[in-house]
Amino acid sequence: MCTYQTQSVELRGSGKGQAGWFSLSSASVYFDHPAHYSAEHALNIDFLNLDGPTPSRVAVELDPISAGHLARAILEAIKATEPVDSR
Amino acid sequence: MTREVDRDMTDSLRAETISFAGYGGEEIEGYLAQPLDQGGFGAVVVIHHMPGYDEGTKEITRKFAAHGYLALCPNLYSREATPGASPDDVAAVARAKGGVPDERLVGDVKGAVDHLYGLGSSNGRVATIGYCSGGRQSFLAACSLQLDAAVDCYGAFIVGTPPEGSPLKIGPIDHMAKDLSCPLLGLFGAEDQHPSPAEVAELEKALKQAGKTYEFHSYEGAGHAFFATNRPSYRPEAANDGWERIWTFFGRYLVGN
Repeated sequence: MCTYQTQSVELRGSGKGQAGWFSLSSASVYFDHPAHYSAEHALNIDFLNLDGPTPSRVAVELDPISAGHLARAILEAIKATEPVDSR
Repeated sequence: MTREVDRDMTDSLRAETISFAGYGGEEIEGYLAQPLDQGGFGAVVVIHHMPGYDEGTKEITRKFAAHGYLALCPNLYSREATPGASPDDVAAVARAKGGVPDERLVGDVKGAVDHLYGLGSSNGRVATIGYCSGGRQSFLAACSLQLDAAVDCYGAFIVGTPPEGSPLKIGPIDHMAKDLSCPLLGLFGAEDQHPSPAEVAELEKALKQAGKTYEFHSYEGAGHAFFATNRPSYRPEAANDGWERIWTFFGRYLVGN
């Protein structure tokens, strides 16, 4: 199925795409058909900059178990930093 | 195999990227495939799926030309596309921006229809076919424009709305069934959730109540995107039967002068 489930998250940071480094503005996170990973569905993340004249993107397509591991690893990695959301 | 065109045909065709006037008169990109035999061809506007104007959709467009139809696939993400960007990158940008607005879709399809009418080899009959989000858009176009036939391949949200949090700015359009201008062929996977079998049944009810000509087929063992040969969702049995239904349907409504 095409799930159409998409979460949009505002981001601050940078990504490296085809044209080199660029500033990130948001990420789309969705469980849907992947373009490349060979599975009916994948947890897809598009790291995006939609603000400039040329949109930029870094994409990943993960199987759901890998995505869960990644999410836990991210939370573990930032736990010690006690990040403050200044927005 | 069903022979949908009763004429001696060669298998010569030409396929190329063109530009034509879409919504608001804006030039958009499209992929045109046409048989090179003597004219009098029915025409098909191919509406691509949410992953975009990609190789698979262009292959489908050429398939229609190989079967004796003029076929034009508008790049519905032309306005989001940047030079050299791959279809999946452009689709991701379009998705994040909320998808294709309905009004713009109808304008782009009308531009494609007008372009096909203007080809000297057209017989004056035109249909739409769409896959995934394009299935809904095929129905939308057929309820908004005067067409000769339309095919909806597993289009979601003709009935129902996208999940909460989805950036897609679209809503249900089954109330438009009364405006359907042509016969509708619907091809669905019984294991699909978007559209679910219940939503397909609801659409069928709306068409019946409106007194419209339609033909629906739901395939057991198939889910969403069963026509997509490059994806694990491909179901050859459903796809092969679906193609036969399409050739028969277009043979009935698009062939002849």
